[in-house]
Amino acid sequence: MVGVSVRGISKSFGSASILNGISLDICDGEFLTLLGPSGCGKSTLLRIIAGLEQQDCGTIEVAGIKVDHLRPKLRDVAMVFQSYALYPHLTVSENMALPLRMRRLSAWQRLPVIGALLPNVRSVCTEIKTEVARTAKALGIDHLLSRKPSQLSGGQRQRVAVGRAMVRHPAVFLMDEPLSNLDAKLRVQMRGEIKELHRRLGVTFVYVTHDQTEAMTMSDRVAVMLDGQVAQVASPRQIYACPADRRVAELIGAPKINLLEAAPRGEGLLAIAGSTLAVDNVLDFGDSVTVGIRPESLQFADRAGLNTLTGRLRYVEHVGADLFAYVDVPGSREPLVARLPVELASRLQSDQTLHLRVRCEQALLFSADGRRLSEGDGQVTPLRSYAE
Amino acid sequence: MTPRTKILSGLVRHVILLTTGSLVLVPFIWMVSLSLKPPAELFSSNFTLLPEHWFAVENYTKALTAAPLPRYMLNGVIVCAAILLLQIIVCAPAAYALAKIRFAGREIIFGFVLIGLLIPHQVLALPLFILCYWLGILNTYAALIFPFVVSPFGIFLFRQFFMSIPDDIVHAARLDGLSELSIVWRIMLPMSLPAVIAFSIVSVVGHWNDLFWPLLVVHSQEFMPPSLGIVTFANAETGNDYGPLMAGATLVVAPLVIAFFAAQRWFIEGLTAGSVK
Amino acid sequence: MSQQQVVVDRELWVETGSAEALAGYALVGPALFLILVLFILPAGAVLAIAATDWHLGAKTLSFIGTANFTSLLADRAFRAALFNTAAYVLMVVPSTLVLGLSLALLIESGKSLRAFYRAIHFLPFMTSLAAMAIVWEALLHPTIGLVNQVLAAVGLPTANWLRSETTVLPILAVIGTWQSLGLALVLFLAGLKAIPQELYDAAEIDGADGLLDRLQTVTLPSLAPVSLFVVIVVMLRAFATFDIVQILTKGGPDDASVMLLYALYRESFEYLRTGYGAAIAVIFLVIVIALAAIQTRVVNTRTSRS
Repeated sequence: MVGVSVRGISKSFGSASILNGISLDICDGEFLTLLGPSGCGKSTLLRIIAGLEQQDCGTIEVAGIKVDHLRPKLRDVAMVFQSYALYPHLTVSENMALPLRMRRLSAWQRLPVIGALLPNVRSVCTEIKTEVARTAKALGIDHLLSRKPSQLSGGQRQRVAVGRAMVRHPAVFLMDEPLSNLDAKLRVQMRGEIKELHRRLGVTFVYVTHDQTEAMTMSDRVAVMLDGQVAQVASPRQIYACPADRRVAELIGAPKINLLEAAPRGEGLLAIAGSTLAVDNVLDFGDSVTVGIRPESLQFADRAGLNTLTGRLRYVEHVGADLFAYVDVPGSREPLVARLPVELASRLQSDQTLHLRVRCEQALLFSADGRRLSEGDGQVTPLRSYAE
Repeated sequence: MTPRTKILSGLVRHVILLTTGSLVLVPFIWMVSLSLKPPAELFSSNFTLLPEHWFAVENYTKALTAAPLPRYMLNGVIVCAAILLLQIIVCAPAAYALAKIRFAGREIIFGFVLIGLLIPHQVLALPLFILCYWLGILNTYAALIFPFVVSPFGIFLFRQFFMSIPDDIVHAARLDGLSELSIVWRIMLPMSLPAVIAFSIVSVVGHWNDLFWPLLVVHSQEFMPPSLGIVTFANAETGNDYGPLMAGATLVVAPLVIAFFAAQRWFIEGLTAGSVK
Repeated sequence: MSQQQVVVDRELWVETGSAEALAGYALVGPALFLILVLFILPAGAVLAIAATDWHLGAKTLSFIGTANFTSLLADRAFRAALFNTAAYVLMVVPSTLVLGLSLALLIESGKSLRAFYRAIHFLPFMTSLAAMAIVWEALLHPTIGLVNQVLAAVGLPTANWLRSETTVLPILAVIGTWQSLGLALVLFLAGLKAIPQELYDAAEIDGADGLLDRLQTVTLPSLAPVSLFVVIVVMLRAFATFDIVQILTKGGPDDASVMLLYALYRESFEYLRTGYGAAIAVIFLVIVIALAAIQTRVVNTRTSRS
């Protein structure tokens, strides 16, 4: 069953086109992340799903029902905002009770004083109170119910925002960068908690972030959005190992993937950065090809040779277990980044010549128009072992 | 600065400020002082702050009975409350629409608000008077209230505040199921309490003290608000029987002065914003 | 729950763009209607009436173009009103400015009793000027008024302040200053608060450590925009003076204290020369708009500077 179905959604603000024909199927119970740089339209798409913005064309279905003409209230979705959007004048329990009150009480019943005198109101209110208390307990915020949002820490506010979304038992949770206002340590902790919440509730989560670590660690699938389009939808592992094109490869991975222009020499040989790379097979590369090499696909080598790049070491960054070596190679303005074992540190000095062997089976090849060369279009790339 | 000059300059500061302060307060002090004195003492040339023979009870009783002073005060309360309530009911939704909702013509409508903000009310007195005449509401509460039910300043102030509330709050409220109107009452206004208080002070102080408009549209004492009432009282009380008149003035001024000292900061901030616009 | 609810509720959002816009119009509608009826149309009506010879209550009127304005300029009483208003403004504005600034500097120069001093100087600004005008009348009473009693006691000449052509306008200006002082004071206090301490520190390091030096190098230049602002706000209030004229002098003696708004009131509602009164309203409006235009420019340059 499909949790959320997005069909041909386009949206522009004035002359600026934000979304260009987005189509996406999100499975029921799936944790899908919309990942992309700021301005790629991921938040706009989330708001269109919620009904807070109206698409110019296209359809949204939630749990098999077309919701294009439904107001946000009726869409059976809940949203957690980046700023949490808690009502500062209401207590935590009032914040969490509000969506239930709006749904279960009529306008008359919600009136102060008079409302309380109407029949049934008291029992509904007790019911709401119980549910709020239960949700709060599940999130570990039951001791905060009588506080105002301003008296809470960032992490507690975040939990209240999640709680306000949870009490309604929506079919879909929409989360718009919910962790970006937390400090690094708390972010890691909340990452785990949200993932756990997803597992426990078993409903569809659509999660927007620009943080690739969040996307990679939490998601079942990641939809990479670039310039108003979905560049690729795949599991985190696939996104990393088999990016659909050069832009995705550049977006995912830190430090960034090394990209080097190469000239085909025939017979599966590529002239690259003053050296030669042998790839598995004879490919029709056209005139030029870009080779993408992740930092961990470079190994320290003693001497120059086939599949080995030679350059001058600019500087070294230590990151604990590993180190990153920044190496200037001929024909590239940016230094090449290699992830090397920390034991090599004593042997590395600035300005020395460094040889790096390329693990060719992990290298990614991109055609001149940015597409990754792969089996699909009759071309063989050395990535067979990773394709799933 | 040596400690000695510091103490000296501090002393000079207090002396000057106490002097100017008392000069500013002279009319208030004189008002209260006269309201306590019997007529005979008003004419004595050796002036004292406190009366030799207390006459407060007589003066205040006369102020409250000879003129319909309680009526004026009640009118003031009724008119100010009605104006304030209607202004908030009319202005808050409009300010919300102008701050948070996209629709064609929004800028033009806000332009009208700014024009309204610019025009002094006295300029409009004539056509508004004719309008009230056509509506047949001259010399009623309606004439005192109707021209003020919309306040461009209120719309402007609320819009300013509402714009500083993040859009996400509005979005969350829509997802939580609130209608646009309940977003205004349940979310926007409670979150803009400082603006509501400031605006209320500007509105109430302005209409409690207003003389120009009531003077035009009300001529029976039944509907007179305090400022017009006390002036009418003064005109009726020919001669120099200042005691009851000053008692009346004290009573008219007292509610706002008491409120002012209770919430000084709010009054000063609100009225400053209101006068600057 | 979703499917049924969709069918039952039928609260359709139609097309969001238009539905949101619809909500916008619905919310802004009442206010817009009232602004048009109570502000925009009356303003137009004033302009229209100013071009007629209408008398309030008359059944007929005729269009006379700018005749009202030309006869206004020839009218001795109106020229007196213009002159008096200008003179009044020229007295009130500088005195309010100087006193407000001096008191603000004095209050801010120490720490104790700041709120108290601010409050008592602000008090006249928020009390009913109508009620206080009556008190002023008592104070200025030629025989039993406190002012003359004090003057006589110290051997200075007394006067019938409100009934003498030479003293009436200055005494009204004193009352006007007394009322506006608090506003100027508060605006200046806010301006003083906004001056960053670093500026004073820098001036001190640069050798401007005396009281007058600091005032000259930091305080006064920093307050220049606020001062302009105060001038305009106080000026707007001074131009709109009505209550004290109506209560204390009725424009007398011999029109020596007639001011613009009082002339407007008298022509429109006492002499019932409505068209003529409307012309005065138009002139008043032009003055206010000119001042507001200057105010906007001041605000804009101030914000663009910061």
